[in-house]
Amino acid sequence: MFARLLYESFRRQKRRKLLAGIAITLGVAIATAMIAVATDIGDKINRELRTYGANLLITPQEDTIDVEIGGVNLKPPSDGNFLSEADLPKIKGTFWRNNILGFSPMLPVNVSLVHGDSTQDVTVVGTYFAKKLAFGKEQFTTGVRNTHPWWKVEGAWPADDSQEVLVGENLAQRAGLHPGDAIEIAGQKHNLTGILSTGGAEDNEVVAPLRVAQQILGKPDTVRRVYVSALTKPEDALARRDPKSMSGEIWDRWYCSPYVQSIAYQLQEAIPHSHAEQIRQVAQNEGTVLSRIKGLMLLITLAALFASALAVSAAMATAIFERRREVGLMKALGAGNFAVAALFFAESTLLALMGGLIGFFSGSWLAHQIGRSIFDSQITIQPVLFPVIMTIAVVVTFAGSAAAIRRAVKFDPVFALRGDA
Amino acid sequence: MSSVPQTRQSVAGRRAAAPHTSMFMRMLLRAAVLRRGRAASALLAMVVAAAVATAMMNLYVDVQAKLRKEFRSYGANVVVVGKDGASLPSDALGKVESVLAGRGMAVPFAYVVARTSGGQSVVVAGTDLERVQKLDRWWSVSGWPSGPGEALVGMRALAVVSPDRNPFDLSFQGHTIHLSPAGTLQTGAAEDSRLYLPMADFAAWTSIQPSTIEIAANGSAEEINAVVRRLAESLPVADVHPVRQIVEGEARVLGKTRSTLYAAAILIILTAALCVLATLTGWVFDRRRDFAIMKALGASESLISGFFAAEAAALGAVGAGLGFIIGIGIAAWIGRVNFNAPVVPRLSVFPVVLAGSIAVALLSAIVPMSMLRRVQPALILKGE
Repeated sequence: MFARLLYESFRRQKRRKLLAGIAITLGVAIATAMIAVATDIGDKINRELRTYGANLLITPQEDTIDVEIGGVNLKPPSDGNFLSEADLPKIKGTFWRNNILGFSPMLPVNVSLVHGDSTQDVTVVGTYFAKKLAFGKEQFTTGVRNTHPWWKVEGAWPADDSQEVLVGENLAQRAGLHPGDAIEIAGQKHNLTGILSTGGAEDNEVVAPLRVAQQILGKPDTVRRVYVSALTKPEDALARRDPKSMSGEIWDRWYCSPYVQSIAYQLQEAIPHSHAEQIRQVAQNEGTVLSRIKGLMLLITLAALFASALAVSAAMATAIFERRREVGLMKALGAGNFAVAALFFAESTLLALMGGLIGFFSGSWLAHQIGRSIFDSQITIQPVLFPVIMTIAVVVTFAGSAAAIRRAVKFDPVFALRGDA
Repeated sequence: MSSVPQTRQSVAGRRAAAPHTSMFMRMLLRAAVLRRGRAASALLAMVVAAAVATAMMNLYVDVQAKLRKEFRSYGANVVVVGKDGASLPSDALGKVESVLAGRGMAVPFAYVVARTSGGQSVVVAGTDLERVQKLDRWWSVSGWPSGPGEALVGMRALAVVSPDRNPFDLSFQGHTIHLSPAGTLQTGAAEDSRLYLPMADFAAWTSIQPSTIEIAANGSAEEINAVVRRLAESLPVADVHPVRQIVEGEARVLGKTRSTLYAAAILIILTAALCVLATLTGWVFDRRRDFAIMKALGASESLISGFFAAEAAALGAVGAGLGFIIGIGIAAWIGRVNFNAPVVPRLSVFPVVLAGSIAVALLSAIVPMSMLRRVQPALILKGE
């Protein structure tokens, strides 16, 4: 009898059930989409923050101080110590290798540049543009094109194994250089493929493949410093502690968290005779911006959840309110309060489950679309979200119906049947 | 049910007080008063939707300004440098500040290469340390210079000038200055190899004018470009350029955040509107007996439509008003919790929310109305 009541209620009151069902489905869809976006936005924004460039710098351990003003180095660059280029792929062998999005070595050399009959002293910086490297079996591509995304080239990027170079825009303007020109650096002819614009010191420099700078310096296999771009976790109290003062378990936790400090520590371990340091301007501010955006999305999600819960409650209350006469009839025919309440709760649960199911999948689809159109990447829906969302849907529907059901059950059947509802 | 006689009394009282109140108004009021439960749940849905819409619209406008402020902690986004490393004219800082007009901060820097007593070269910078403290908040400093003769020493420069943190001498073009390290500076960048002195000490020692002014300008990308243009006009002897790394990074992250917020706002507002539609449609449909009685008593189609439309519009307006106040509260709470600054209520949002609420309410009245119009009143009154 109970099952038949339930079945007939859905069959005969399609409109009411549909309206309540729509409210639940929409509420669940918005909740799913917002939770999925809010849980994933940290990772997405973290990647976007990498546009600020490298957040770690590796230098030789016993480095002499730079005498540099406005990007112009006033010291003979052959001085001081170097890192070995052959050690660089080991960066991809560290514990947090998947968080390291790229690295670029730099090797500055002071030379004279000859073009036509003008000669001037310039700095040539050797680096990787998009160099293919391998560590073990893993192949990867790295260089300034992913660590310095604000570098713009008019013309073409040089190939890493060529003798082609880029010239900074200010230097190009002063010397009247254009893409395709041939220039002479340190007695060697080089082809100019493009004009580089960075808004920084490189606008007055020549940027060449690392091999070219090493040849000029006469020191193969050397690099001066390495810029590393890594995804990190915002700094907290544990991150700021001195690793030397940590006990075993805490040290493990510190070492296995992607803090900028622990990644620096691991880079130092991987590359012999090196010193890795966070670039504080980039690394420190990331955390603040990230936590603000994450906090904002979290609060909006809370507000959205609250709003959809209220909307579902209102819809359920309306749906039950409409059925006072039915309750009156059931009670007049001898149904107890329990039987009436059980019927309504069973209906609500059924509605919540159906609405929740459709809502969850349409919400996942929405989150997917948001991820694709805004971040060009997938928003992962954690499988654990499904039971959580379904539970929320049932609980909210229950809570929304409870007050209305209680009032409906208490209602005197005489009034209901007389039509005084 | 016990409330019914009371309501009747109060209605009677009101009728006596305002004998000319039209039937139309009385029907509207009584519909709300007599069916409080139903009207309340429809109103609740309306209020929630209006509140959420208000909060999202307010946040969408305000959050960008709030986030921009956070992004200023990345430091200077515009740099003014003397052409070919020359010093800037002495009125340069004043000109920069008049262009900024309070919408940003400018910090002058002067650089020289000095020699330590051991004969090593080291870069010394003179600047306004108080402003640097505000501009470059990521600098990790163990102690800022407080008096004359004190210097801020970069971590790597410390090993050269004063490994044991004792006072030291520096010379520049035959002039010697005696300095004591007030604290160390760590940034992970070029600053680590430098010493920083207060501008007064630096000028007295070297008589060199600032060659660089770093500027943190507030505002959107277009506003910053405008600042760059005006600076270039007022300082023709200098190179003015935006710091691309900072400007582009900010534009990108802000753009993505704004798009996400926009998508979320649209989704939430749309869902709220649809929920209201569902609830209100049910509410109007449920009033089909009123509809049938009116029709049976000889009311014209247009009067009945007008009555239901007026009812829906009134519900929408009241919902929008209450929702607006609550929405402003939600936005302010989010602003306080997340940005430690309240979100300024924007009254310009109100007409939008009001119009939207009334439109949704009317829309949800139209659907059941057109359905009911085709039905004979007798059938409804019979209870079918």
